Amino acid sequence: MPKISYAQAGTDALIEEMQRDPTTFHLATSAQDELVKEFGADRVRATPIAEGAFTGIAIGAAGSGYRPIINWGMITFSFVAMDQIVNQAAKIHYMFGGQAKFPITFRASVGGGRRVAAQHSQSPYSMFMNLAGLKMILPSTPYDMKGLLKSAIRDDNPVISFESNRLMGVEGDVPEGDYTVPLGVADIKREGSDVTLVALAWLVHEGLAAADTLEKEGVSVEVIDPRSLVPMDEAAIHASVQKTGRLVIADEAGPTAGASAEIITVVTEDRETFAKLKTPPKRVCALHVPIPYSPGLEDHVFPDRDNIVAGIREVLDAG
Amino acid sequence: MTLTREKQIEMLRSMQTIRRFEERASDDYQAGAIYGVVHCYIGEEAVAVGVCAALNRDDQIISTHRGHGHCLAKGADLNRMMAELYGRQTGYCKGKGGSMHIADFSIGMLGANGIVAGGIPIVTGAGLAAQLEGKGRVAVSFFGDGASNAGPFHESINIAATWKLPMLYVCENNLYSAGTIAADTLALSDVAARAAGYGIPGVVVDGNDVMAVYEAAEAAVSRARAGQGPSLIECKTYRWRGHTERPGQEDPRPKEEIEEWRQRDPINRFATNLTDQGLLTEEAWQQMDDEILAAIEDAVKFSEASPFPDPEAAVEDIFAD
Repeated sequence: MPKISYAQAGTDALIEEMQRDPTTFHLATSAQDELVKEFGADRVRATPIAEGAFTGIAIGAAGSGYRPIINWGMITFSFVAMDQIVNQAAKIHYMFGGQAKFPITFRASVGGGRRVAAQHSQSPYSMFMNLAGLKMILPSTPYDMKGLLKSAIRDDNPVISFESNRLMGVEGDVPEGDYTVPLGVADIKREGSDVTLVALAWLVHEGLAAADTLEKEGVSVEVIDPRSLVPMDEAAIHASVQKTGRLVIADEAGPTAGASAEIITVVTEDRETFAKLKTPPKRVCALHVPIPYSPGLEDHVFPDRDNIVAGIREVLDAG
Repeated sequence: MTLTREKQIEMLRSMQTIRRFEERASDDYQAGAIYGVVHCYIGEEAVAVGVCAALNRDDQIISTHRGHGHCLAKGADLNRMMAELYGRQTGYCKGKGGSMHIADFSIGMLGANGIVAGGIPIVTGAGLAAQLEGKGRVAVSFFGDGASNAGPFHESINIAATWKLPMLYVCENNLYSAGTIAADTLALSDVAARAAGYGIPGVVVDGNDVMAVYEAAEAAVSRARAGQGPSLIECKTYRWRGHTERPGQEDPRPKEEIEEWRQRDPINRFATNLTDQGLLTEEAWQQMDDEILAAIEDAVKFSEASPFPDPEAAVEDIFAD
């Protein structure tokens, strides 16, 4: 099986879906030559740097029978388009009684680690999870990137693809040709029996490294990657926590009202799962601050494998 | 430019239908049968009807919070509109939208929108779809003077002009942005003058003259269908009523000004014009009005007889299947 990068897997998904469906087209503030050559300047357009306008344009085109794919670049820039995302895209299908479909894929990079400071190092997916009407994926491997992005493009709803900038160059096995990974199906990356680690995006890899470390101490960690945040595979999380009785969540976003908080609620609100919990759940998240620039500062803010190991030990020590 | 007698009579009927619909909607709102908020278009009917008279069924429009007129001018069904205002299952949005969110995609009506300028990018996307499809369809953005000061107006027109999208941007300048005197917020007295900044035609039209609006729209539609890009049409008009129908709202507008604009009633003006040309008799006009009132009475009866949605339906239609 060929090894390709996370970023290339995204591009491959995009190209294959645009070949497959003539109603797709691509808008971003730049047009890649490779895409323009294959699909023409009509279907691959460079927009002005006006995210509000081209996000709205995607909504209108989607409601008129097209299947737009939008790349905001960094998630940071989506905030410029918040009216179109919050007031329009998330609500338009519902508000009009379901009379039209709005199949739109919004792609954006998330995460820190690039020394680009507060405005360009964000992981705000929980802000979007708070809205009803948007689906969202958060792939952690090249395989999932290609398969999930294809599912996102084929979905008849607005889907945001949060793509970890720390993973862009990471390579992995990706089959050639068509396959999809369904939305709402978690992946158990590693089976274990002592503690469930639900990890997101880059922290899936850090979590697997932490699990290796802990295995040497005789601790068996089950690592779960939800892969999509909406819909969330609650059943997989319930089943794992019922088995291990312990829960740690690792997320590059801050903790406050975050995906991590939602995952804890998914566990604690479920009577059967809550009954099996042996210790309180633990979050290993970024600190609740804007992301700073200087390397020492930035690295202090984000969790890594060591923080995950420490978090898991804390939970095990609690009982 | 001449339109057939039948077409002109239909335009008059459409204008009067909007007015009678809103008079009834306002009454029923005051009586508590319609909830939330109702924004009336009364006084501005010539704009929606004049523009939509230049469109085909498969052309698309987007509307504003003051959207009843655009819906009806594009051919929306009275029963389903009234039922939506009544919050009923048989309404256009199954009771999920109300007055500010009526849409009928089957007739190219992409929805009223509660965010000022929020619909402008969306309908520009419909224009992009029309261009990609290549069948000569056009898309029309209705918006107010207030929206012309907001970013989406400028961003969207710039894109439409750059890509030569088949678009009409129709500004209904009713001189007030909600409760604020529009002139106090506009750098230029004419919104249409902003077209120059994007290299597209911009015209000012008497928005209370339905034929003038039609002619301007027709020219812009021809241009758009021919692939020559978007146009901006500014229709100077006036709303007779307050910003919303909610009682007790502050209204900065002088009574004399309102009265003066009522004298320029677009419906009376058009009816008189048709009568003077011998295209309409007093009798026929009265009969038309009676028919409209009867149709609206039927729409109310239909709404009253329709069930409210099952409360459980609140969790349906979040996502398309």
